[in-house]
Amino acid sequence: MKTCLRLLVLCGVLFISLPQMASADEMLMARINMDFPEAMLKLQGTLKHQGYTISRVQRIDIGLTKSGYKTDKYRVVFYGKPEEVKNISARYPQLIPYLPLKLALFAEANDTLLIAANPLMLAPKADKELKSYLTHWAHDLQKLLTTMRSSSD
Amino acid sequence: MLKSITFLFFVLQSFNALAMNGASLFAQNCAACHGSQGNGGVGVPLALPDFQRSVSDEFLIKTIRHGRPGRVMPAFKNLSDAEVKSLVKYLRSWNTHPARNEKIVTRPGNITHGKQLFANHCSACHGAEGTGGHGTGVTFSRPRDLPIIAPALNNSGFLAAASDKMIKTTLMHGRKGTPMVSFLKQGLSEQDIDDLVSYVRSFEKHPYDQQVALQGADTPIIRMESPNSLAATVKAVQRAAIGKNFRIIRVQALNQGMVKAGKENKKQTIIFFCNFEFLNNALAVDPRVGLFLPCRVTVVEHKGKVEVFAINPKYLSRIFNNNELNKLCDEMDKVYQDILEEATL
Repeated sequence: MKTCLRLLVLCGVLFISLPQMASADEMLMARINMDFPEAMLKLQGTLKHQGYTISRVQRIDIGLTKSGYKTDKYRVVFYGKPEEVKNISARYPQLIPYLPLKLALFAEANDTLLIAANPLMLAPKADKELKSYLTHWAHDLQKLLTTMRSSSD
Repeated sequence: MLKSITFLFFVLQSFNALAMNGASLFAQNCAACHGSQGNGGVGVPLALPDFQRSVSDEFLIKTIRHGRPGRVMPAFKNLSDAEVKSLVKYLRSWNTHPARNEKIVTRPGNITHGKQLFANHCSACHGAEGTGGHGTGVTFSRPRDLPIIAPALNNSGFLAAASDKMIKTTLMHGRKGTPMVSFLKQGLSEQDIDDLVSYVRSFEKHPYDQQVALQGADTPIIRMESPNSLAATVKAVQRAAIGKNFRIIRVQALNQGMVKAGKENKKQTIIFFCNFEFLNNALAVDPRVGLFLPCRVTVVEHKGKVEVFAINPKYLSRIFNNNELNKLCDEMDKVYQDILEEATL
């Protein structure tokens, strides 16, 4: 009985003292201490490793430069899993404008900034099935950012 | 019992050590904007010695808590008090200079006189109503030799975080490494500076960020039904976009690049388009606008019904916490609405 009480007190104190887990932010950002080409390569490899297909890389800087504007390297990477994109776009057309998923990355001196919107913000009234997709996309994104950050340390 | 308490103590210590690692909290939450070593970027250079000397821990804590509504810096409400303290401790590790050891006394000033002084000495950088400098981010919006954009002094987050003493100290000494000069050296008296502080404090009655709100930002998309065929609607979208001074970049199936060539779903067609002048202006306001890019409309045929979809730029804009961007997104929302309406006539 005494041991049980001790354990209960221990659990209670631990619960109170644990820091609050930060809820997922809507804007996900990471500074990668790599130059742009290296970060781009790493990003492509990490997405592939997570089972995603990159459908296109839009070279924003090229269009701007051709139009006479000065800019650093700036790309938007579109990615997704073909079956997921097919299912989601058929069942939840309200997500179509946000598919395939995208990440923006741009150079800032010797670093590269990586930015994405948290998928959980795309459907505030998601049903259970959709929420499970969005949650796993958000989880993958967080993991990707962590991998990118740590690989540049 | 003693053993249990000792055990409990060590367990708690190890959990706290995990939770309160300021460096990792900084890397995760702050480094993207403020730079890995606090040298600045999209955000303020926190490691700047004169910045460190002129702000208190309380200013940093309140800034993390309140952010700067409408000025990019978000409010970190999810961090625990211990995590915020840990972050501040980490920020202070860059402080290589001793704190200013002088007694600065603030006195109530003359707001009317302060307003005149503000117009003459401050508004060129901080804006006529203290709205701050334009844009953010070194990459696109300003030359790289400028480490900071003039802060918005009429921002509720700034006013909550900055004490009168801090504002007065900054006015008296300036901030080395930034365009902010010492106004004592510029010939203002201490009474003038008190008047300026009182004027800045008077912004609390009408902080600017409370005046800028996004209307119609509650739905993620804009969606309209087309009475025409998919092919005709795609062409109509292109015509409408060109009519709005956009250049068509590409027309493709939504799943192009994800499936083998020839296997694309032609019933989901994306029209990508761009106005590079508009884009360049948007990048100057916020370098993170890549999340909107490129502009696109998607035409979908499903069960015999043709629908046209676009993102709602105002919905996406709210995650940027940038009033200037809100204005551009309001403009872009009208453009999307017009294109969709014209294409579905």
